[in-house]
Parts: sequence; structure tokens; C-alpha cells
Amino acid sequence: MNGPSLDTIILSLVTFIPAFGGLLLFFFPRRDRDIRVFALVVALLAFALSLHLPRYLHRAQAGFQYEIDKPWIPTPNIHYHMGVDGVSSWLVVLTTFLTPLCVLISWRSIHERVKEFFVLLLILESALIGVFVSLDLFLFYFFWEATLIPMALLIGMFGHGRRVYAAVKFFLYTMIASVFMLAGILWLYAKAGSFDFITIQNAIRNGKVEGFAAAAPWLFLGFFVAFAVKVPLFPFHTWLPDAHVEAPTAGSVLLAGVLLKMGTYGMLRFNLGFFPEQSRANAWWIAILALIGIIYGALVAMVQPNMKKLIAYSSISHLGFVVLGIFSFTPAGVAGAVFIMLAHGISTGALFMLAGILYERRHTYEISEFGGLATPMPRYAAFFLFIVLSSVGLPLLNGFVGEFLVLSGAFQAHAVYGVLGATGVIWSACYLLWMYQRVFFGKVRQPVNESLPDLDTREHLALWPAAAAALVMGVAPLLWLNTIQPAAQSAISPLGQIASKVITP
Amino acid sequence: MTPDLHLWLIPVLPLIGAAINGFVGRRLTRQAIVTVAIAFCGASFAMALYVALRFSGLAIPHLETLAPWIRAGSFQADFAFYVDQLSLVMLLVVTGVGLLIHIYSIGYMWEEGGFYRFFCYLNLFMFFMLTLVLASNYLLMFIGWEGVGLASYLLIGFWFTKDSAASAGKKAFIVNRIGDFGFLIALFLMIKHFGTLNFDRVFQFAASMSVENATAGLLTAIGLLLMVGAAGKSAQIPLYVWLPDAMEGPTPVSALIHAATMVTAGVYMIARSHVIFERAPTALMVVAIIGTLTALFAATIGIAQTDIKKVLAYSTISQLGYMFLACGVAAFSAGIFHLMTHAFFKGLLFLAAGSVIHAVGGEQDMRKMGGLWRKIPWTWATMLIATCAIAGIPGLSGFFSKDEILWRAYQASWAYWLVGVVTAFLTSFYMFRLMYMTFAGEYRGVTSDHSIVQEQAPARSRPSAAQAHHGIHESPRVMLIPLAILAFLSIVGGWIGVPGSLGGSNRFDRFLGPVFRATAPAVKPQHAAPGETAPPEQTTEGLESHTGRGTELAFTGISVFAALLGLYLARLLYLRRPALPERIAAALNGLYAAVANKYYVDELYATLFVHPVVEGSKHILWHGMDQGVIDATLDNSADATRHVSDSLRHMQSGNLRSYAGWVAAGAAVVIAYMVWTGTR
Repeated sequence: MNGPSLDTIILSLVTFIPAFGGLLLFFFPRRDRDIRVFALVVALLAFALSLHLPRYLHRAQAGFQYEIDKPWIPTPNIHYHMGVDGVSSWLVVLTTFLTPLCVLISWRSIHERVKEFFVLLLILESALIGVFVSLDLFLFYFFWEATLIPMALLIGMFGHGRRVYAAVKFFLYTMIASVFMLAGILWLYAKAGSFDFITIQNAIRNGKVEGFAAAAPWLFLGFFVAFAVKVPLFPFHTWLPDAHVEAPTAGSVLLAGVLLKMGTYGMLRFNLGFFPEQSRANAWWIAILALIGIIYGALVAMVQPNMKKLIAYSSISHLGFVVLGIFSFTPAGVAGAVFIMLAHGISTGALFMLAGILYERRHTYEISEFGGLATPMPRYAAFFLFIVLSSVGLPLLNGFVGEFLVLSGAFQAHAVYGVLGATGVIWSACYLLWMYQRVFFGKVRQPVNESLPDLDTREHLALWPAAAAALVMGVAPLLWLNTIQPAAQSAISPLGQIASKVITP
Repeated sequence: MTPDLHLWLIPVLPLIGAAINGFVGRRLTRQAIVTVAIAFCGASFAMALYVALRFSGLAIPHLETLAPWIRAGSFQADFAFYVDQLSLVMLLVVTGVGLLIHIYSIGYMWEEGGFYRFFCYLNLFMFFMLTLVLASNYLLMFIGWEGVGLASYLLIGFWFTKDSAASAGKKAFIVNRIGDFGFLIALFLMIKHFGTLNFDRVFQFAASMSVENATAGLLTAIGLLLMVGAAGKSAQIPLYVWLPDAMEGPTPVSALIHAATMVTAGVYMIARSHVIFERAPTALMVVAIIGTLTALFAATIGIAQTDIKKVLAYSTISQLGYMFLACGVAAFSAGIFHLMTHAFFKGLLFLAAGSVIHAVGGEQDMRKMGGLWRKIPWTWATMLIATCAIAGIPGLSGFFSKDEILWRAYQASWAYWLVGVVTAFLTSFYMFRLMYMTFAGEYRGVTSDHSIVQEQAPARSRPSAAQAHHGIHESPRVMLIPLAILAFLSIVGGWIGVPGSLGGSNRFDRFLGPVFRATAPAVKPQHAAPGETAPPEQTTEGLESHTGRGTELAFTGISVFAALLGLYLARLLYLRRPALPERIAAALNGLYAAVANKYYVDELYATLFVHPVVEGSKHILWHGMDQGVIDATLDNSADATRHVSDSLRHMQSGNLRSYAGWVAAGAAVVIAYMVWTGTR
């Protein structure tokens, strides 16, 4: 394999290998073990290939790389156009990193319709990657909606209790919101004659889109609503806890780990990319919603009796930081926002895996059912604590870097944003440590908990990579920041820099 | 070219120890666990000594950069280490006292479960504390700052099966987070206005700014926010509430983390940021007032506590208040001096208290002790030395450091001095009260029949150790040697800071001089408190006139008198007439109850903050907003859509007559509409 040719097909390979694997899996005999192993191999292959993206990304070079742009359908003018920058390449890697862990964590917990489960999981992975690599709006919208179906099916077929209600709520909620984005995309196509991201962006910048000035506020809102529901931003968040509680573990991991980031990625790419002026004009109320999300999400998380709901609400809080960072329009804020997207994917993904491990043993997520688990399950308790600490933003773990950069950026934009957002560091400690105490400390109150088995090898294999990633991201964040920053910088450059009032001695 | 001392090894060595014990400690023997922990902690101490030896050859401040850490925009923070006189003092105190307490813990924890876990956490603490002390920028300092909080959380909750221990750990972490919130905002201010968090650059910026007198500005804001952080970490009003609860941890932890080192981090941070504070007199005044009030407030609670560790905990809060008072009157070197002597004598007090608790089988209630001095003479003797030191008996370390603070406080305002002297009296009183209740008189615990002691020893925090011993006994040598060394240091530790008025030359102050004096602004900040005297001198000795020296000696006399008065009163009440305290308590009914119950501050916080937040989140935000408003709106609109569709569905009943009816109705509507428009 020589470099250039691989560079042009790498994105297609990474995007479609999982789905192709899923397709092959479809014709497999129903031997569950083979199916699982094959799914794991496919997921690992995609991960290995995806590492190529950040590894060989040219940092100094702005714009998209590994581009492939082939005409696909002449009318309407749709291209097969893919490309990544420092932001999206890492989001792809996050997806491919979490999927093998999802396979491992579902190894035993999924024992009926195993084939269907892994087929859906791999198709979902392809769709998620597709969202991040698409540079043609039609292609983007295709993948965007394509994520819904496997995810809704995963929740509806393999979830718990009220799974159908949750699946339908999830599907309708995000589907309806996406219609507004579709309208925006169609309007842009009608005026610019292209679905191509870069073409449209240039046309807008050069004032070649007729009627843009009048339509821009509505277009901005159309895109924004679709993304805000996905994030989810307060007050569009109520689908998330329901979806998480009923979803199978792997579904929750990908839902919180990757799917929510589609929303924040969309804001960064499209809201800032197409509508810099509207972004600036609307930033104040978006920041307020983000701040409400940070504090409200944390406070509601604190009083949840259900572990998974608690983690779900904590996601709302964390994603509030991301939105706040993006709409601070500062280099630190945007880079920090992208960093949190990745860090939250790891930490919260791991938290959901941990919750799932407990569910496999006890078939409940109710915090009051536990207590004193550190005695029968010391290794599990240690992992859980480590991930909790990464999630509360302990320095040298992954959560801190992003939070610090976002808050510092938000503070530069508006001191009060930074101050209010920083209360989040108090709240996150409250809800996570309180939950940890109720689950792990004290004496074992329920006899059934006394003999719970500690982690087995497979569970170790699923958790170690996440824990290692959390540590490395905290100690050596530059491995990520170096590639994120140029992309973050170019995302905000059309907005003009916020001049920070630096004193010179 | 400055030599490369590999400073990064100093914190990283204990980290390696922590990693070894954390990952494989479960499979190691106790001997091996101890060897690892002590070896890596000892290596760190050796490195610190090496730095001290090479110190005179270094260009100060000495900077070593290991690797870049975070970069965003123009902002950058590195893994870089910084050594000057101040960090050297801290380095030696932390590694030295830390090593002694590691050694002591071998004996104290030997029979505990989770032995490897304990030493893993202890080493982890050393890593973070040394990072804090050696950091060359505020962000790296913040790593240590949060990290020692983590170690504290883990160690307070070491006996996690006990609910009170688990709660205490969580409380410590969360209250500290409130302080960290202030610290973080201070950092954001620095980034916004200075564009950097590196000490040298920040102080350069700050030094170029003028003193913010009446017009409080940027530096005042930064100073006040840093003080919020310091109040959390160093247990000052209003964030002190976590420290007394932290006594749930094993006693060596209380000695190391909650007395000698971690809780002094706030003082170190303020002293480190002195360039900022010197130019922010309002912030300095707040530091001094909080310090003074905390010193007095905690001391009053200390006199009514009956748990031996709780007395020491409130005493620690009170002594930390002295250090803040010192910083608040810009006597930073005096604050650091007291920090050091306090590390010796308070570390010793806790270790000795641990030895007492060890001896009586886990009992911590002083009302059930007494007469122990014959049984555990070494513990008694060393603890007595520490008590004399903290009480300010002349010649011992605490006397010199406290006296210097009081004198410098007086130079700022007589009010600080007065409160300080009253606190000194209270300190002496409650410490000798502790000594008399514990060691003097008759043993008031369960009868000294060994078997009964063994059976009835309350299974408190240390269940296994408590029952394993027979009767009251002196601790093993591995615990007594650290006591003896600390006792020695508690005596002589102050001799390096003997002030000019007593014929010394305050070498300590001179040693720290380059740190604190090089950047002092031309105009010293003055406090607006009443009774203002001449602005404080740049040094405590040398420049002073003879009248100044005479006054200083007189004040020294007053504080010595206060200490002796405390001793006398304690002797009167708890040795001579033991019935008297109860009668006094009864006479002061309400007041005594308030003091014994720590002024109900915990209850107040629970009512004011914890309860409303939890209940409000549950009922207003979750049930009210989330389920009541948002979800209900959505469900209703979904229902409404379904209702409309339902009605529409009824139209398609397949019944021909009903279709005809609908057509007729529609026609009627159309006709009616046309008629209506036509008639207008």
C-alpha cells in the first residue's frame, strides 16, 4: 500500500467496513460465538484503520484532508464527497474506539437474536462515522437519519422495560427536529445549486447566495434546532434519560459516547461554518441554555434514584460545557469543547459499561438496591472510582483538560459565563461522589450483593482501554489538542477573534 | 547554565511506589508493601536533601521543564518545576515529616485490612503534595491541589464500610471543590489579563502594577478568589467544616494530611502569590480577618470537645488561622515559619494521640482515659513537649513562630494582636486540658483488668487493632522513633528563627528574604483597622530601634503570660478540682451546649444549603420542571395530535351514509361561507 492511494480511499474504508461486516454477518449461521468474534474483528479492523486519520493528518494544513469527491447523482447534484479535519478525524476514532468495547460488553448480556444485535451495531457504527466524514449535505443528511433506525431498533428490540416507548420517543423527537435541518439544506441547495459543504460555504462568504441575508436567521434556527435536540440542550433533553434507561448497554455507550456529539459537531461545522453572523447574534441565549443545561442537568442528576438516569442527566450537564465552549468563539473554548466531546465519550461510555456490568449481575439500576459493593467487588469499585474521577474533572485525567479550556474560553468571552459554568465543578462532585458512596461504601445491606462476582477477564478487556485512554488524555492532551486546534481555529476565524485584554508588563 | 537536578523525580518516585502497591500490592506481603512505600518515599526525601545541598549553587528561582502539558491559543502550561527558598522549605517539611509518618504507619496500621491500599494512597498523596509544592505554574499547582484532595478523600474514607467515614470523605471533597471553584476563577482572571499562569510571568505582571488601595481592582479580585481556594483547602471560615469530620481517617493520615502538610497548602499558595497580595491591601485585610476569626472561633470550640482527635482538629484549624493572620499582615515568612513548626508539633500531637488510642484499644473519648502517663511514658513525654510547643512555652519551636506572628500582627493592628493573644491563652488551656484529661489522675476507662478491656473495647474505627491488644501498653518502637524525632524538632525547630529582640538573628526570615522582599512594593499595604501604628518594618530585626525592641519584649512577656495562665487554669479545672468543669458547663447551659455542638454550624449549612438544593432539585426541577412541564407539554402535544388524527380517522368509517353526511356538511359550510361573504 502506498500513501497517496490509501489516503483517498481510507475514509470510505473506515466508513463502510463495519456495515460491510454487518452485511456479511447477516449471512452467518446462527452460531452466537462466531458472530461475536467476527463482530469484534470487524470493529477492531475499523479502529486500526481509523488511527491512520489523526496519525497522518497534516497539522499545519488547514481545511479537509483525505478528501474524496466523486459525482454520484447528476440531478439533483449530489456528490460522494468525504473529508476530515482535526475535529472530525478524532470523532471518527472515538466511534471506532468505542465500538469494539461495545461488542465486548454485550458478549454475554445479549443472548437472544445475537445476530440481529451485532448487525445493527455495526450498521450503526458506519452511519455514525458517515456523519462525521460527509462533506456533501445530502450524504450528511442521509447518514444523520440513518443513525436513527439502528439505534431505535437497538433500544426497541434489546432494551429493558418500557423500551418501545423510549424507542418511539427517541425516534420521533430527533426525527421531527431533523426536518427543520432538511428544510434548511433544501433551501441552500435551491439557491446555491449544490449540496457541497465547501461550495456552499464559499458561496455564502462571497455573497453569491441570493436572499441569504433574509433567510439566514431562519436557516440558522433550522439547523440549530436539529442539533440542539440531538445534543440535547435544555429544554429539548427529556428524550435522553428515557432512551438511556431502556437502552441496552452498548446502545447507551454509543448514544452518549458518539450520537450526542453529532449535535455539537453539527453546531461547530454548520452553524458556525455557514452562519457566523447569526452565531454571534444568537450566542447569548444559546450560552444561557448551555449554562442552564450544565447546572440543571447536574442538579437533576443528583436526585436520581436510578444509576443510568443519573449518568444520562450528567451527560446533559457535560454537553452543556461543549455548547458553551463552542459559542464562546475563543480558541481555548472551541478546542476545549472538542476535547470534552472526546473525553465525555470515553468517561461516560465507560460509566455506562460499568452500570451495565452491574445490571448483568442484579438486573436493576436502582441505587438503593446496592451499597457496600466495594467489599465484594473491589476491582470493579476501583474502576468505577477511576472513571468517576475522570468524569468530575480531576486534573491529569481526561475530563479536566476540556472543562478547564472551555471555562477559561467562556470566561474570556463573558466573565459571568465562566463563573456560572465553573459551578459545574462543584455539582459534578456532588452527584457522582454521592452516588458512588451509596453504591460502594457502607456495609452490604442486601444479602444478594454479598456474593456478587468481581470483574472477569472479558470485562477487564472492555474497561482497561477506556481507563487507559482517560489517563493518557489527561496527561498528554497535546496528542489531541495539536490536531484539534488548527481545525478549531479555522472554525472560528470567520467570526473574528475575541481580543483578550492582555496586559503587557 | 544551571544544573539539571531532575526535580521531576521528587514527586514521581512516590507515584511509582503508589502504582506498585496499587496494582500488585494485594499479592505482596506486608513486609514488601512497607519496603516499597518507605523506599520510594525515602528516595524522595533523599532527593529533597540533595536539592538542599546543591541549593547554594543554583540560580534562584531554579526552573526545570519536563514536558509541555496543555496549549490552547496563546496559553500554555507545562510540566515544569520551580525551586526557590520557599519551595525548598516546603519540600523538606513535606518529605521529612512525610517519611516519619510513613514509618509510624507501619506500626499503627500493621494489623489493619487493606494494608496495601493504605500505603498506596499515602504515596499517592506524597506525589500530589510534592507536585503542588514544586509547581512552576498555577495550573500544575492545581493538579497537586486537587490531587491531595483526592488522596484526602480516599484516606478519610479508608474504612469505607463505616458510613460516617464515607460521608466525611465525600464532605471533604465537596467542600474543597467549593474552594477550588474560587481558585479556578482566579486562574481564569490571570489567563484573561496576563495570558499566562507561569509564576515568573504572573508575578512580573503583578509587580508592574501599582498598589490597589481604595480602588479594588484586578489584583484584589484575584487575591480574594485565591483566598476562597485557600479557605477550602486550609479549613478556614466558612469552609472549615470538613476538617473535624476528616478525623474519621486513620490517625497517621490526620497527622500527615490534616495537620502537617495538606491543610497548609492554602498558606503556601497565599505566600507563593505574595506579589499579588502585596498590591491588593483589601484582599490582604480579608486574609488577616478570616485568619484571626478562624483562630479564635476554632479555639473556643476546641475547649469543649471530648474526642481527643477532635480537639486536635479544631486546634489545627485555629493554628492555620494564625498562619493566615501572618500572611494577611504581609508577614509571609512568619506564616511559613509557623507552618513549619506546626508541622513538627501538630504532626507529633496527632501521632502521639494515635499512640494513646492504640494503647487504650481504639478509645478516643478523653473522659474514658486518665492516668495514662505511667503506662505509656514515651508517648506522654513526647506529647508533653508538643503541647508545650503549641502552647508557646518559651524556648520551644511554637513559642518563636507564634510570637513572631503576634508581634507582626500588632504592627498592623492591635485588634489582631489582642485576638491572637486570647487565642494563645485558649490554645494553652485546651491543650493542657487534653493532657490532664488523658494522662493525669486516675484511669476512667473500663477497669484495667485486661480481659475486660479486650472485650469491651468499643469497636470504633479500628476494629481489628482494638481487639488484638491486651491492656494498656506502650507502642512499638517503629512508632516511638518518629515521635522522638518530631519531639526533638518541636524543641529545636524554632531556634533558626529567634528574633533580634531575644538576641537571635532570625536566620529563617533572612533565608526566605529573597523570596518575599525582592518584589515588595515601595509602599507597604496598610490596614485600615483602628489603632494603626507605623507601617510594618521590612524586617523583624536590625532596623528596629531600642524602643521597638523593648515593646517587642513586653509583648512577648504578655503572650508567655497568656500561655501560663492557660496552663494554670487547665491544671486547676482538670487536675485540682475535676468537678468544677461540669458545674461551669451547667451554669453556662446554652452557651456550653452551643460550643460543644460546634455552634451548630453543620446543622445551619444543612438547613441553608444542602437540604434546599437536594429537595429543590428533586421536587421543583425534576418532578416539577422535567416531568411536570417539559414532558407533560410534549406528551400533551403528542396526545393532541393523536386526538385530532383520531377524529379524522372517524370520518373514514367506510359507511356510505356518513360520507354523504360529511359531503353535505361540507357543502353546507361552503355555501354558508359564500352567503356570508356575499352579503357583506
